[in-house]
Amino acid sequence: MIKILQYLTLLLPLLCLGQEQALVFQGALVYPVTAAPMEDGVLVVQHGKILAVGPAGKVVIPEGAEMHDLRGKVLMPGLVDTHSHIGDGDGGDRSATLHPDARILDAINVRDPHLKKALAGGITTVNIMPGSGYLMSGQTVYLKLREGRSIEDLLYCDDPLNSICGGLKMANGTNSLRGEGPFPGTRAKSAAMVRQLFVKAQDYQRKLKAAAGDPEKMPARDLQMETLVEVLEGRRIVHHHTHRHDDILTVLRLAKEFGFRVVLHHVSEGWMVAEEIAAAGAPCSIIAIDSPGGKLEAVNLLNKTGAILAAAGVDVAYHTDDGITDSRLFFRSAAFGVKEGLSREKALASLTIAGARMLDLQERIGSLEAGKDADFIILSGDPLSVYTHVEQTWVEGTLRFDRANPEDYQYAVGGYGVFREGFHAHGCLDEEGGGR
Amino acid sequence: MKRVRNAECGMRIGRAAGCFPKAFGMDAGCWMLVVMLMSLPLWGQKVAVRGETVYTMAGAPLADGVVLIRDGKIEKVGKAAEVKIGNDYTVLSGKVVTPGLIDAHTVVGLAGYYNQPHDQDQLDKSSPIQPELRALDAYNPREKLVEWLRGLGVTTLHTGQAPGALASGQSILVKTVGNTVEEVLLDSAAMVTLTLGSAVSRNYKSPGTSAKGVAMLRTELLKAREYQKKMANKDISKRPARDLKLEALAMVLSGKLPALITANRAVEIMTALRLANEFGFRLILDGAAEAYLVLEEIRAAGVPVIIHPTMARPRGDSRNLSLETAAKLKQAGIPFAFQSGYEGYVPKTRVVLFEAAIAAANGLAREDALAALTINSAKILGIDRRVGSLEKGKDADLVIFGGDPFEYTTHVCTVMVDGEVVVQGECREKR
Repeated sequence: MIKILQYLTLLLPLLCLGQEQALVFQGALVYPVTAAPMEDGVLVVQHGKILAVGPAGKVVIPEGAEMHDLRGKVLMPGLVDTHSHIGDGDGGDRSATLHPDARILDAINVRDPHLKKALAGGITTVNIMPGSGYLMSGQTVYLKLREGRSIEDLLYCDDPLNSICGGLKMANGTNSLRGEGPFPGTRAKSAAMVRQLFVKAQDYQRKLKAAAGDPEKMPARDLQMETLVEVLEGRRIVHHHTHRHDDILTVLRLAKEFGFRVVLHHVSEGWMVAEEIAAAGAPCSIIAIDSPGGKLEAVNLLNKTGAILAAAGVDVAYHTDDGITDSRLFFRSAAFGVKEGLSREKALASLTIAGARMLDLQERIGSLEAGKDADFIILSGDPLSVYTHVEQTWVEGTLRFDRANPEDYQYAVGGYGVFREGFHAHGCLDEEGGGR
Repeated sequence: MKRVRNAECGMRIGRAAGCFPKAFGMDAGCWMLVVMLMSLPLWGQKVAVRGETVYTMAGAPLADGVVLIRDGKIEKVGKAAEVKIGNDYTVLSGKVVTPGLIDAHTVVGLAGYYNQPHDQDQLDKSSPIQPELRALDAYNPREKLVEWLRGLGVTTLHTGQAPGALASGQSILVKTVGNTVEEVLLDSAAMVTLTLGSAVSRNYKSPGTSAKGVAMLRTELLKAREYQKKMANKDISKRPARDLKLEALAMVLSGKLPALITANRAVEIMTALRLANEFGFRLILDGAAEAYLVLEEIRAAGVPVIIHPTMARPRGDSRNLSLETAAKLKQAGIPFAFQSGYEGYVPKTRVVLFEAAIAAANGLAREDALAALTINSAKILGIDRRVGSLEKGKDADLVIFGGDPFEYTTHVCTVMVDGEVVVQGECREKR
C-alpha cells in the first residue's frame, strides 16, 4: 500500500507536468504569415503559447515533447474573422438608433453550435457584432474560441468593467434608414445624428478631463458617453458597416472630424475610392459574395475589391459575416480575392494578421511567432484550394476541432440536428431584406 | 439568323479582347464592346475548340481533345490526333473544356439583382395555388443576374417562380443569351412548381399548417382530374369552360408536365412521394435537404432530385442540410442535379458551378459533380437531346476554363452558346 502511495506521489508531479508538456508539430509546409513559408517547418508550443517556429534542424525540440508528424499537411495561424454574427447575440433595440451602451457580450450563447462551425472552418478568433439596422447597434466583442461555460471564458479582455472587450458597431447606408420613429430617413440625417452624439461625447470628455479625477467634479456616469469617450481616445475601434462609395467617404469624413479609429466593413464599392481609403489610413474588412445585388448598396459588389485596395496600400482583411457567408468557407472569400488579382501572401495575411491588427490583437495572434498565442490550424493541402479541409484547429495549445473525431466532423458538414438552434438572423435576413 | 448582328462587330474583336469582360465593374466603353462581342457573327462559321482536357460528359474525358462546331451545332468530337481541323476553322484553345453548365432550378430572370419591388416577380402572394402563372410571361432575358451567371459558364437555366406557394406556376427552360424570352426558350412550359412545408405558411394566411396545405393541394388535384375527364368528352358542348388553373394541374396529371415539388424535411419528401403515388404524376424532388434520411424511399420511387444549393444556409426546413447530401445521392444511385435556388437577400443568386464545387470537396467525385451540372441535369430536365454533353448534333454550348472548373481561383475563359462566343473572359492562368 505504501509502495502504491509512493508510486502515486511520484506520478503526481508528472501528471501536473503533463499539462506543461511541450507539443511539437513537424514536417508540414508552414505559413507563419509574417515570415516566408517553410517547406519543412517546426512549431513548438507550450503553456498555450508558441515557444518556437522555424525550419527543421533550426528549432530546439524540448526533451519529452509530444511529437506530431504533419508531413504532407499545411500549418498556419488560426483564422481571424473580423465580422461575424455567430453566438446568437444581439445589440440595441427599436427604442433608438444609437446604442453605444449595448454590449453584445451580455447576449451571446457560448453553446451555440455555430461557434463549433467556426472552429471547423479554422477560425480561432472572432469579432462578434450586433447587426447593421441601427447607426450604432452596440459594442462588439472579440472572442477566442476556447472551450467555455460562459462568455467570460472566451473574452480577450481581462474584465468587461475595466477593459476594452471589443469595438463599436456602426452602420450607414440603407440598412439603418427607416424614416420613422427615432430612425433616420436620409443619409444626411444619419450623419447628423451620429455627429450630434459625438459632439456630446466630446463635451463629456472635456468634463472628465476638467474633473481630473475629483469625484466632486465628475459628471454623472453615462454608459453611452463612456463608450464614446473610449472611441474618441482611440482605445475602442469603430467597426463600420458601409457599402456605397459615398457612404464610405462619409465614414472617413466623420472619423477625421472626431479622430476615431475605424475599420471599414464590407466596402462593396471600395474599389471606386481606393485612393481615398488609403489616404485616410483606414483598414478594410471585405465581404465576398457569389453575386452582386440583393440590395441597392451591393449592386457593385465585386471580388476585385481586395486586389484594388491592397494595390492602393490599404490593409485588407476578409470576414464571413456568418450567416451571410459560412464560417466553414472563410478561405473561399480570400481565394476569390486571389482570383481577381490579390496576391497569395496578402490573401493569407487577410485571414490572419491583418484581421488581428483590425482588432488591436496583433501582438497576441495572427501569425506563428514565438511568444504569440498557440492558435493554429492544420490543413490537408493548399489553403486556397476548394478541395482542402481544415483537419485540426488548435486554440492556445488545445485541440478544439478534429475532423477525424465524429463529434467534431458533424460541424464540418452539417446533418440532422447539428445546428439545432437553426440560423439566427436577428432580422438580418428577413423578408424585407433589411439587416446587414 | 437567330440574333440581330452588327456588321461592324468584326473589326471590334481585337479591342474587345483587351478589355475586362466580366459582366460587372467594367468601363462603359468596355461594356459596349462586350455587347458587340456577344453578337459576334460566328454563326455559320466553323470553330474548333481544343482543350488539354475535354469533358465531353459522354464517355471518359479526352486528353487533348477537339470539338468541331458548325452552324451552332457540334459537328465532331474526338482526340486532337484523330480529328482533322480544316483550314477554314477558327481555333479556340484552353486548358479545360466542358459542356455549357445547366442551372437546374433558379428564379433568375424573374428575380432581379436590385431586389426592389419592380424586379421581384418570383412569387405572387394573392393565392397559394396558382399553377397557371407562366414564367414565360415574367422572364427578363436582359436581367443582370442572367449575365452574371453566363459569365461563369452557365448557358442553360431552368427558371420560374420561387418556392413558397403550394403551386407557384410553370417554369421555363432558357439559354442565357438573347433579347426576348421567345428567342431564348428551350421549353416554354417545363414543370409545374409546387412547395410543401413551412415556407408556404409564411407566405399565405391559409394553409397555416402542412397537413392543411396537402389537403388543399389534393382537393385541387381531384378537381383537375374531374376537369380532365370532362374535357375529354367527345361532345364538345359538354366540355366545361377552360380553366387555366385546372388545365395546368391536368397537364401534371396527364404526365405532360412533371411536378417539381420543393420538399426539404424528410416529412415533406415522404408526402411528395405519397402524392405522386396517389395521383400518378411524374415527380422531381427539389431541395431535399433531408434526403439522406430517406434515400431508400426516393430510390424505390425512381424520383430524381434537384438538390438544394450545397452552401444554402441551414435554416427553416433546410436547417438539417449537409454538405455531403449530393455524395450520398450519388452513392444511392439516385439521379440528381445542382441548382442555384432562390435567395431573398445577399447574394441575390448563387452560382451553380460554385455549389457543385463544394459538393466536389465533400465526397462527390469531380466528374460526378460535373455530370450533375451538365448531362444528368439535362436528362432530368428533359433537354438532353439538345444540351448537356459535347456530342455530335447537340447545341454548341461549351465553356473553356483556365484550370479545374471547381477551384476557387480558376477563371472562365470563354463561353459559347449555339456556337457563338458570348463571353470572352480575361483568362489569366498560365498556359
